[in-house]
Amino acid sequence: MKKFLYSKKAAPYVFILPFVVTFAVFWLIPLVKSGIMSTEKILPGQETFIGLDNFTRLFGDRVFKVAVMNSFKYMIFTLILLIPIPMFLACLVNSKLVSGKVSGKIKGLFKSSLFVPALTSVVVAGTIFRLMFGEMDTALMNQVIGVFGMEPVKWLKGATTGFIALLTLACWRWWGVNMMYFLSGLQSIPEDYYEAASIDGATTWQKFTKITIPQLKPTIVYVLTISIYGGLAMFNESYMLYQGNNSPNNIGLTIVGYLYRQGIEKNDMGYASAVGIVLLVIVLAINITQLVATGTFKKEEDR
Amino acid sequence: MKTKSGGKTIAKIFMIVFFLVLTVLILIPIWVIFIGSFQDGDMLVRYGLNLGIDLAEANLDNWVMLFTNSGSYFTWFFNSVLLTVLQVVGTLLISAFVAYGFAAYEFRFKNFFFVCVLLIMSVPFEMLMLPLYVQINDMGLADSYAAVLLPFLANAMTIFFFRQYLMGTPKEIIEAGRIDGATEYGIFFKLIMPIMKPSFAAMAILNGMNSWNNFLWPLLVLRSSEKYTLPIGLNTLITPYGNNYDLLIVGSFFSVLPILILFLCFQKYFIEGMTAGAVKG
Repeated sequence: MKKFLYSKKAAPYVFILPFVVTFAVFWLIPLVKSGIMSTEKILPGQETFIGLDNFTRLFGDRVFKVAVMNSFKYMIFTLILLIPIPMFLACLVNSKLVSGKVSGKIKGLFKSSLFVPALTSVVVAGTIFRLMFGEMDTALMNQVIGVFGMEPVKWLKGATTGFIALLTLACWRWWGVNMMYFLSGLQSIPEDYYEAASIDGATTWQKFTKITIPQLKPTIVYVLTISIYGGLAMFNESYMLYQGNNSPNNIGLTIVGYLYRQGIEKNDMGYASAVGIVLLVIVLAINITQLVATGTFKKEEDR
Repeated sequence: MKTKSGGKTIAKIFMIVFFLVLTVLILIPIWVIFIGSFQDGDMLVRYGLNLGIDLAEANLDNWVMLFTNSGSYFTWFFNSVLLTVLQVVGTLLISAFVAYGFAAYEFRFKNFFFVCVLLIMSVPFEMLMLPLYVQINDMGLADSYAAVLLPFLANAMTIFFFRQYLMGTPKEIIEAGRIDGATEYGIFFKLIMPIMKPSFAAMAILNGMNSWNNFLWPLLVLRSSEKYTLPIGLNTLITPYGNNYDLLIVGSFFSVLPILILFLCFQKYFIEGMTAGAVKG
């Protein structure tokens, strides 16, 4: 037996065994279970098969619609805010225009400090932002709009203003990381490309659209993929900002928040599993569409 | 020619100012919680955080309380340190072990299992957390650290990263090891692990950060207060009935400090680790 385990034939399977066990026990079985549970009515000690009832109930559920809308809105806005702006910042940091000893130091300081928010946990970041977006005129954000002559706002009580708080938090935490992605992408573009373009008399804008964007495409696709995933699966930020899973009129409720409410708070595992399946289908569908549209699959095949 | 260089200088100054302003803006939340730690917590929760601090009111009471009378805070702190260390060491060891299997051998079903790695990376964890939670309960692991750690020891992202790294290893090293009479596992532990060192730093940071800041999963599986990690413990201070906002503010700030210090020392590895996802094969 021992000899067999040490043979070259058995070794690869021994090496990947920890993964196979993890995959089977902690992913495959729960996934299958989730599929089964979504077709059941689950009461303590009693599971009844009810077919697709959970799903039909789900598609008529008004609160679920609110949750889906919120998650989509959040995802779309994070795509708008978390991709072009960090890309622009990365281009600025990377540009030759700001070089030299002092500006180099300032750029370094900028890069490091932009990265600091990503080090904070969502609990800490959420606490800080909740208190900065406080209701009184003494809270920072109300002081800021007060400078422009506006009245204090109850940020977290309104749908739009609450959303602004959520998005500000998202920008604060992820601009730095996303900028670093783009920066490492930019630094891998060969200098010759730009030199050749300069000789041909290309403008800065032409260089940006004809060289930078195409060369950055793998990075853009990657950031896009994780942003879609992260946006649709957002829960923690809302949970922290609203001190729990209950926001006024569900303005901060997301798909995962609804899954958490049904599964953990109301203990309706069957219904919650149906929410989970819908989330999985949405995320996979959007990301596969996106990867096909950007030609990522095709490229893999060409190699 | 002269105007052009003049324009360049102006642009340069403009950019430097722009960078500095953005730096200040980004650091404001850290600053407000830092000065908040010298103020009365109840007042902060009522009036909100802002940039100013009334020096006449400022005191070290919260900091004294943190170190003398903060209840479970340092238990949570220690738990977080323990879990982070266990998670990092366990994940690096096991994921490297698995990654070597994928990188060094040809075997049946290799592609199938590797697709499984990629599959895990693209399924949202939030979707699986409820059935996983049921599974953990069925296994009798509820409220244990095993439940927090086990599902993530063979970490797909880390396996993927290590495999990419190992693909560049010359096969001669392995052959030489075999000729010297080392076993397949001996080759991994004695020859391969040492050359993987550079890739360990980035993954240690990535997994360490995830573990230190992990919130949702420990929140689900941990039940007893003495087992809480820092994020979960701090979260329990935020209840409508709670009156421990002093600890919440100073404790939140203090929980960021260790990472901040590590970041300042190992910045390069932090950036490498947290952006490792974009490394394409």
